Amino acid sequence: MIQIDILKAPIIALVALLGACSTGASTETAAPAPENDGPRIVQPGAPGQSSRTFSSTELDQVEGVSYTDADVSFMKGMIPHHQQALEMTALVRQHAVTEAVQRMALRMEISQRDEIALISAWLADRGETIEMSNMGAMQHEMMGMLTPEQMQTLSETRGMDFDRLFLEGMIQHHRGALAMVTELFSTSGAAQESTIFKFAEEIDADQLMEIERMQGLLNQMAR
Amino acid sequence: MKDMGTKSTTAFGLLAAATMVAGTIVAPESIAAQQQDQVSAAAPALEWDPNDPRIGLGAGWMDAESAINGMELLAAIPRPDGFFNPSTPADGRFSNTDLAFQDNLLIQGNYNGFQMYDISNPADPTLAVSVVCPGGQGDVSVFGDLVVMSAQETRGRLDCGVEGVADSISAERMRGVRIFDVSDMNNPAQVAAVQSCRGSHTHTIVTDPADSENMYIYIQGTSRVRPGEELAGCSGGGPDDPNTALFRIEVVKVPLANPGAAEIVNMPRIFADEQGNLAGLWQGGDHGEGTQSSRMTNQCHDITAYPGIGLAGGACSGNGILLDISNPENPTRVAEVSDPNFAYWHSATFNNDGDVVVFTDEWGGGSAPRCRASDPATWGANAIFRIGEDGQMELAGYYKLPVPQTETENCVAHNGSIIPVPGRDIMAQAWYQGGVSLMDFTDPENAFEIAFFDRGPLSIESMFTGGYWSVYWFNGRLYGAEISRGIDVFRLTPSEHLSAAEIAAAEAIMMDEFNAQLQPKVEWEPTRDVAQAYLDQMTRANRILNDRATEIQNVLNSGASSTSLNSLAAEIEADVVQIELGELGGDAERMAKLAAVLRGMAAQQ
Repeated sequence: MIQIDILKAPIIALVALLGACSTGASTETAAPAPENDGPRIVQPGAPGQSSRTFSSTELDQVEGVSYTDADVSFMKGMIPHHQQALEMTALVRQHAVTEAVQRMALRMEISQRDEIALISAWLADRGETIEMSNMGAMQHEMMGMLTPEQMQTLSETRGMDFDRLFLEGMIQHHRGALAMVTELFSTSGAAQESTIFKFAEEIDADQLMEIERMQGLLNQMAR
Repeated sequence: MKDMGTKSTTAFGLLAAATMVAGTIVAPESIAAQQQDQVSAAAPALEWDPNDPRIGLGAGWMDAESAINGMELLAAIPRPDGFFNPSTPADGRFSNTDLAFQDNLLIQGNYNGFQMYDISNPADPTLAVSVVCPGGQGDVSVFGDLVVMSAQETRGRLDCGVEGVADSISAERMRGVRIFDVSDMNNPAQVAAVQSCRGSHTHTIVTDPADSENMYIYIQGTSRVRPGEELAGCSGGGPDDPNTALFRIEVVKVPLANPGAAEIVNMPRIFADEQGNLAGLWQGGDHGEGTQSSRMTNQCHDITAYPGIGLAGGACSGNGILLDISNPENPTRVAEVSDPNFAYWHSATFNNDGDVVVFTDEWGGGSAPRCRASDPATWGANAIFRIGEDGQMELAGYYKLPVPQTETENCVAHNGSIIPVPGRDIMAQAWYQGGVSLMDFTDPENAFEIAFFDRGPLSIESMFTGGYWSVYWFNGRLYGAEISRGIDVFRLTPSEHLSAAEIAAAEAIMMDEFNAQLQPKVEWEPTRDVAQAYLDQMTRANRILNDRATEIQNVLNSGASSTSLNSLAAEIEADVVQIELGELGGDAERMAKLAAVLRGMAAQQ
């Protein structure tokens, strides 16, 4: 059983938390407990290695990872991406003939709005603006976004053809988002921060599921 | 029924206002109207008491207003310095998550490791040691000298370092379950780091009653699959890929004499159908008009093992399942359900008898407001199932936090555990910023709330993810892990819904160790409090004759001899026979239990 041996913690002053990242490996033997410098803080090593203790002055290292430019670009890029999705779902309300497509579009609308709010808050919290600099046609295409011509065609199509075109377009759109997530996780130092990690994962899971669902609907239409 | 139209418009008006989207946007009213269409008989609107004190609570981080009922707040311990970001409650790196308990030790997991608190005085938890080992989400369990912690984030390091792992493929990365030896609490040692393809979002300790030498850990991975170059054998393929890391859980075997040798021994395909299709359960999508869209079942979010009944409840994305765990190394699926109201099957909790199971739905993922007045009462809620003699599950009813929360409060059903009141099925549960709610599901078709605690939003301007991640009962007290505010400790207080004796009977249950997802079978010693609890329940429900109740009360008040206890027990047993024959009205089950308690009390004299 675990033995409890309390080291009483005197009240310590708040320390600055915007610290540098720790670079030390945890291979040294455990240092003696810091002298009345705050609560006991221990960092276990890898299996088989011994732990090390932090003193309260080292507390600012606990924060660890931060976000990178790649994270910011990813988040910024998602906004126009989501905005286009909302333009597409708006068209569904006007033109779609299939109920399943309408239901799916409504759900997409709600979750995309929630995500835009989340992204905006994340950027604002970090003092970043929403605007992306120079998003060219290349990047547009990489992100799976529809070209102005594709959007025009979609808005002019009617009947079942509209539903089909919407689904195909949204699948392309979602695939772009998945590509952006893959790109993010392949970038050195990116997606380390917990909020980005979680958000990127959710985009991945949600959009993949929606792609599968949309493909299912398309298959049904083909019969 | 409340005026749905007005409230929906307001809710969606706020939603539209909160976004910053330029360009052509559909008017919020029509979204509301469309949502309205989806509200159907199966997804009814929430009903609540307009005088509920939880409505309109003032916002704040550490100074929000609060409302409480049926409980008292004993302690509110903020997160220790260095483990929160004072400039914002929203810093997810420091989120408090899960709790585990042993003797006088409370283990609080967080996204950066775990804390160990001394709770020898539950009203004054004292931080003993902070363990730094980042990698989220910090789901924790304790077993003897071992603490197990789940890690899934790409920043997790084998050596518990804080600097993250920059390379997309790295031998320094750790995603899976970590095992720490904390026998010397001041020097916790990581003795094993069991890597898995999807990391570990949650884990479940499972024991084999016939095997005291090993402990098992089920890994529930929900996160992205690692490249095969980082962890051999990992593949993210679809159900046609026999090696896919999706559509399974991992089973770790831990030799207790040498936990360093812990390893994955099985990766059972628990969703397979009879044809061997790995994706044998819910394929994703909605269930028809007006229904929720449920996630595809390619993962379990969390599993609660109940070795006492040989079963585990799996909340697995698009389905709720039951697993036979009589051979823990090889769990097999024996029952499954889906539900048109569930977005994402999240957690499972059994009642003590093991014939009812509660599943929770995490619609919105936990960071979205889903307890708004406009949100259906059966979405983002608990679904309660009876387990039949045939081992199959049948839906009995739903329960949702019975008061709306605001647009800036993330809220949905989340983690909880049973409060061991004899004769009743009561679960204490976290609802994120919806607070704590105690659900009585003794009558599974008609679950209702018996106590609560809630604070106002963290902010009325921003949607911060906060509130309770988990609320668990341990040795007489309720402990809540508050994501951005710390740890809260509560004690139950008598009310119209819960008598002093019922509380005393629950508080008398003492355990050496408790993990909410390793559910213990509770047995009550025959005591005066337990007898009084049964009597209180029958009196409250008007299911006992006044004369008999008075007689029992007198005996309980008087410290009676074993002779009179036994003679009263005999009278009650005669009542039971008559009730079962239909000659007398009453609660045969509770009367029988009461008689047994009286005989037990007599035997102790």
